[in-house]
Amino acid sequence: MSTVIAPPEPITTRPDHAPEGERTAYRLDLLDRLESEAIHILREVAGQFERPALLFSGGKDSVVMLELAVRAFYPAPPPSTLLHVDTGHNFPEVLAFRDETVQRLGARLVVASVQDYLDDGRLRERPDGTRNPLQTVPLLDAIAAGRFDAVLGGGRRDEEKARAKERIFSIRDAFGAWDPRRQRPELWDLYNGRHAPGEHVRVFPLSNWTELDVWRYIERERIALPELYYAHEREVFERDGMLVAVGPWSQPRRGEAVEVRRVRYRTVGDMSCTAAVPSDAGDAAAVIREVAGSRLTERGATRADDRLSEAAMEDRKKEGYF
Amino acid sequence: MDHDLLRLATAGSVDDGKSTLVGRLLHDTKSVLADQLAAVERASRDRGLDSADLALLTDGLRAEREQGITIDVAYRYFSTTRRSFVLADTPGHVEYTRNMVTGASTADLALILVDARHGIVEQTRRHLAVTGLLGVRHVALAVNKMDLVGWDELTFAGIRDEFQRLATGFGVQEVTAIPLSALTGDNVVDRSAHTPWYAGPTLLEHLETVPVGTDVTTEPVRLPVQVVIRPRTATHPDYRGYAGRLASGVLRVGDPVVVLPSGHRTSVVGIEVPVPGGLPADVEAAFAPQSVTVRLADDLDIARGDLIAGASRLPHVRTDLEATVAVLSPEPLRSGQRVVVRVGTAAVRGVVTDIVDELDLAGLEHRPAGTTLPLNAIGRIRVRLAASVPVDDYRAARHTGGFLLIDEADGATLAAGMVSLDSTTEGDSGWLAS
Repeated sequence: MSTVIAPPEPITTRPDHAPEGERTAYRLDLLDRLESEAIHILREVAGQFERPALLFSGGKDSVVMLELAVRAFYPAPPPSTLLHVDTGHNFPEVLAFRDETVQRLGARLVVASVQDYLDDGRLRERPDGTRNPLQTVPLLDAIAAGRFDAVLGGGRRDEEKARAKERIFSIRDAFGAWDPRRQRPELWDLYNGRHAPGEHVRVFPLSNWTELDVWRYIERERIALPELYYAHEREVFERDGMLVAVGPWSQPRRGEAVEVRRVRYRTVGDMSCTAAVPSDAGDAAAVIREVAGSRLTERGATRADDRLSEAAMEDRKKEGYF
Repeated sequence: MDHDLLRLATAGSVDDGKSTLVGRLLHDTKSVLADQLAAVERASRDRGLDSADLALLTDGLRAEREQGITIDVAYRYFSTTRRSFVLADTPGHVEYTRNMVTGASTADLALILVDARHGIVEQTRRHLAVTGLLGVRHVALAVNKMDLVGWDELTFAGIRDEFQRLATGFGVQEVTAIPLSALTGDNVVDRSAHTPWYAGPTLLEHLETVPVGTDVTTEPVRLPVQVVIRPRTATHPDYRGYAGRLASGVLRVGDPVVVLPSGHRTSVVGIEVPVPGGLPADVEAAFAPQSVTVRLADDLDIARGDLIAGASRLPHVRTDLEATVAVLSPEPLRSGQRVVVRVGTAAVRGVVTDIVDELDLAGLEHRPAGTTLPLNAIGRIRVRLAASVPVDDYRAARHTGGFLLIDEADGATLAAGMVSLDSTTEGDSGWLAS
């Protein structure tokens, strides 16, 4: 039989509120179920914690999470402070998008800057120039300084095998560390957010979403994203099978030819470790077709930080990474 | 076509080939992408294997790989043109009943593996007991390693019939048995040439077509209040909405409702749900499991922890609970222990007054318990609460009859509980219809 990863057709089924045929009408399709679950999780955070923060980078998962938070508390504003760890190597168009969004929503944004830590010697640049692993210390400091007791992240279990074992409410000790053996069992939809002073809980409302679900939701809800998620011309060179943009922190080495290619980004992180993929997808519908046909995972295709070792994410998570 | 979601939980004994079966499902539905497969091939070579070991696809943590074990529930995602699947992959060791309970609590279907050479073993009984207890509606029995018994129809039929008998005893409603080989892929996604005597579906066909969800129109209306939304802005000075996820039933504008535990009676004047393409908007009706915001006719003192219930079928309001619990913490649950009971959105202090008995999963009978229940034990207890809470019988309403016992001191989740309401106990007469 033929099976594909997901159907490209848009999902339009909505409950029909007519009393006739109720038995079949009162069913939720996939996106509605994921949306309902995420809103439930966001409201649990509001109900169980005093000082929640929502990690917002301008990346697609955090944009979707923020849009869900707007829906969860409407017509009141979402109760979370927005928090961004700026590596100093972020894409300028993503930072501009971040700031526009913050302004549009009238939200409060706290930025923790890796550059500050490098400038005053609290952190040192890695030999490979990658700054993603350096985000952990500024993140933990910002959580402590803001006295945040819950930190909402856009991580998804389909991204990576260590994340596949993550709970929706994930307790972190006073050092921000994740201990896979200390995770609380999660039953039904009862999330237990109790924690000791100094500890905090990471919460992942998009745990059960896949990359394709996120894109389908972006399409259905017409959610705006930074432009680099869609196809555009960019100067790139090839390194380790990935297309790296020419920029202040990513210069071609000898033998790496620069060319202008039509590309887009599947993930948006630090410029020094995030690569582009060749693409003609100019809108969400085209991206959905492309992702459905892709033979590579988004992190495997474009993230150098996950290629450091077989357990790169597991190790970073244990230290307190997102 | 309606693209929906099936949640399933796997269970198998050690060496039943469960990891291989899950790996096979992912691989044959094209859910494994090239970089993941390359990583598995690399890891297989490193371990001196000739071909890619699909079981490695589901190995998560380095700690597990080094010890060759699975230590926790992992979630896998795959989809076909008909359905998306969330698979809770739970380890099969005796000591990990806790993980199976966790995976089964959200599952529409339990996938239980049996090795065709060994038939039903003690572990199979445990898996069925947990499945029945947690009220999982459908069970798929994968009789695996059929290639090693020469695809013998009688072997399959014997296991199927014995399993069906046991399942009925545990209150499992529906069982579909499938002869397959995870290693060769026969009857997993593609139909096997070795089983002309088998007319049923392949495993994936069954997963794609088994009915999901419940008939919400027959359920009582239950809405645990998560947060109260009060913008107090110039545009919404007096707005007051009660936000929550419908645990069961269909709620309509105009419906009479009762707020519990206070017992105040009022009616629904507005229901808001997110509408595709924008912000939440008013609808005439909403149903489980939608997340909603409800406006009520009267200004009542309603807070997180309260339950809005349809007035025609009310839950029981109790300060004493009798329940079956599965112990999830390394420390045993003790008679006299102080706990926090989390049911719906309510969190109430309580004390374990009695440990009534323990379910002997090997012999499948209740036996008198001492004053403690150890990790992975399942037993019946009584709890006295500091304040009354609305509850349903778990068998009638999973989300308002299931609860957590939480350690008051460190916040750890100690046990999962399922409320048993015996209609013959004093003070109750079944549903309190009004």
